[in-house]
Amino acid sequence: MTNKDTTVVVGMSGGVDSSVTAKLLLDQGYNVVGIFMKNWDDTDEFGVCTATEDYEDVRLVAEEIGIPYYSVNFEKEYHDRVFQYFLDEYKKGRTPNPDVMCNKEIKFKAFLDHAMKLGADYVATGHYARVTHDGENVEMLRGVDNNKDQTYFLNQLTKEQLSRVLFPLGHLEKPEVRELAHKYDLATKDKKDSTGICFIGERDFKTFLSTYLPANPGRMINMETGEDKGAHDGLMYYTIGQRQGLGIGGDGGPYFVAGKNLETNELYVVQGDNHEALLSTSLLASEVNFINPMPETFECTAKFRYRQKDVPVTVKVTGDDQLEISYDSASAVTPGQAVVLYDGDRVIGGATIDTVLRNNEVLEYLA
Amino acid sequence: MSIYVDYAATTPVDKEILKSMLDNADKFGNPSSIHRIGKEGKAFYEKSRKNAAELIEAKPDEIVFTGSATEANNMVIRGIVSYYERPHIITTSVEHASVKETYQAMEDYADVTYLDVNEHGQISIEDLQDALSERTKLVSIIMVNNETGTIQPMEEIRKAVSESNALLHVDAVQAFRQLKISTKSLGCDFLTLSGHKLHAPKGIGLLFIKQNTHLNRIMTGGSQEKERRAGTENTLYAHAMSLAMTQAEEKREENTKVLKALKEKLISELQTQEVPFEINGSTAFQTNHIVNLYFPWTTSEYLLTAMDMAGIYASGGSACNAGTVVPSHVIQAMYSEDRARRSIRFSFSKELTEDDMTFIAEKLKSIYTKLKDQGFI
Repeated sequence: MTNKDTTVVVGMSGGVDSSVTAKLLLDQGYNVVGIFMKNWDDTDEFGVCTATEDYEDVRLVAEEIGIPYYSVNFEKEYHDRVFQYFLDEYKKGRTPNPDVMCNKEIKFKAFLDHAMKLGADYVATGHYARVTHDGENVEMLRGVDNNKDQTYFLNQLTKEQLSRVLFPLGHLEKPEVRELAHKYDLATKDKKDSTGICFIGERDFKTFLSTYLPANPGRMINMETGEDKGAHDGLMYYTIGQRQGLGIGGDGGPYFVAGKNLETNELYVVQGDNHEALLSTSLLASEVNFINPMPETFECTAKFRYRQKDVPVTVKVTGDDQLEISYDSASAVTPGQAVVLYDGDRVIGGATIDTVLRNNEVLEYLA
Repeated sequence: MSIYVDYAATTPVDKEILKSMLDNADKFGNPSSIHRIGKEGKAFYEKSRKNAAELIEAKPDEIVFTGSATEANNMVIRGIVSYYERPHIITTSVEHASVKETYQAMEDYADVTYLDVNEHGQISIEDLQDALSERTKLVSIIMVNNETGTIQPMEEIRKAVSESNALLHVDAVQAFRQLKISTKSLGCDFLTLSGHKLHAPKGIGLLFIKQNTHLNRIMTGGSQEKERRAGTENTLYAHAMSLAMTQAEEKREENTKVLKALKEKLISELQTQEVPFEINGSTAFQTNHIVNLYFPWTTSEYLLTAMDMAGIYASGGSACNAGTVVPSHVIQAMYSEDRARRSIRFSFSKELTEDDMTFIAEKLKSIYTKLKDQGFI
């Protein structure tokens, strides 16, 4: 099959990355169709909806490069499969990763299905990751731009999904993508990158969350001394290892969130960098996804959060959809976040962190 | 191959009309000017008005040219509501947005009744009679629905309204090419039309205001149109409107025959091809230029994209600013939101052929089969 006979549906967000993605594929001779996904109705009190502005940019770029463009509404799917999960995790005191879920359920499921229904051979996005297709063999590799690599968020993609995916930006550095956008004079060439979780946007996270979940203020306790350090605004607002926004300080260095007790509604804090209370040596994870089959036990490296340096780990498959991952020592490993496994540049897969242990002892308030 | 089946959204400008516009472009004078050039413009404009009036059995004085039917509908509704002290006004739940949203905007200044419709998309006369009271000043009815082609029982509506003090406002935008329009037999006080649905350019509409009808004007800044609409008259477009109305009038019978065959062909081809579908409303109460179909096996958002990629240009619901489909409130009023999300409007013009209908049915069949093969149905 030549590129000319290959239809690629590009998920266009109205940002510079997906704009360049579409243009690169077009130049490679593919039959390119741009589709904008509307996942969230974010019309603010002034009637401004960023989706409208973003779609306008999709239109401009599509007209500039000469591809058909469409729009698809996944507000319901997003609400049911991503936003509900996001709220549920916070209710459990965990720190969810909606971007991982959005990739798994929306961009590479609902959207992929939509594209396949429209006769696409592949979908492409502007993610910084690489995917290789060699017959039956499918691999995902880190994007070459270390700073932008997005494989952490793509860890739940299965081999089947990846076999239908192209990431044309994976071999580029972000500045090169900007340069290309300028070279092609795309309407989005100087558009600011979006930051944060898509449905929260530039809004204050606390205010946003409080409109969906009742905030339940409680006490903040020094885990070591038992000392009451004042009030907290609600456990859901804090994540393990968090330093900012506690409103406490004093001699002995900054305070960090070290745990939550959902029963007593207490927030545990500790003082000082790299505090022992935050350290763990292993974790249990579920929602396991291996892109290719793996042995029962293996060694590799792992990321416990986005942009963290890789940590050498030993992985043991302990049951159906259950991993035990051990390592020397890591700080602030957080339930609800993803653990992503790598073999060099190759992504092995990922899972969701459920339980964190130190020397085989469950750190029960690390939730 | 590309097939446009969205003539209810808009129509291309007729070549003869375009030519006549160019031929008359030199009559550029401002009808309000005292000089000869202005008078020439005035005469040109009044000729259009006279012709348009005759075609709907009205007096020239009763015709106001507007920028669009949307503007004309706004003039009626806002003009009546502001003329009276908190009047009661009645409309249906299946109006075009220009009436529906204007009624909604009036809710602060008027008591508003929205009449429900049955599965055919028609209102019940009993409902209308029950809703009418001494305080009712306006009843707005879409004569032919823009999404389903449903024709409202105009004669019974006329009777019911004539027994009250209310004024009758008929939105005849989709009706004019399909049905004989007489302001007399409709017994209406207001009637609105749009040029671009009749192969005239966009930017011209018409409002009939029955003689001696009082309403406030919404546009000020000149005494044009007998102080009913300020603004320099759009002489050339009024000419186009008038020609388009004449054309539609002359070709109505022939047009009806072709459209009837097209509609029947599309339906029978889809049945032959065994594409699951249902007709929204009943063809017995519809014009021939629209058929609205419910496809239970997919969404209109998907189908519109898939058809566009296959060169078939139809519609379903309206587009939000982010390009996604907002389900039709008309289908919702007749059935349900889910059905509205799965319905497509095909609207025809006599430029289309029965082969085009076969092509559409075949494409829909192939889309349906592919989804089934892929396991999406």
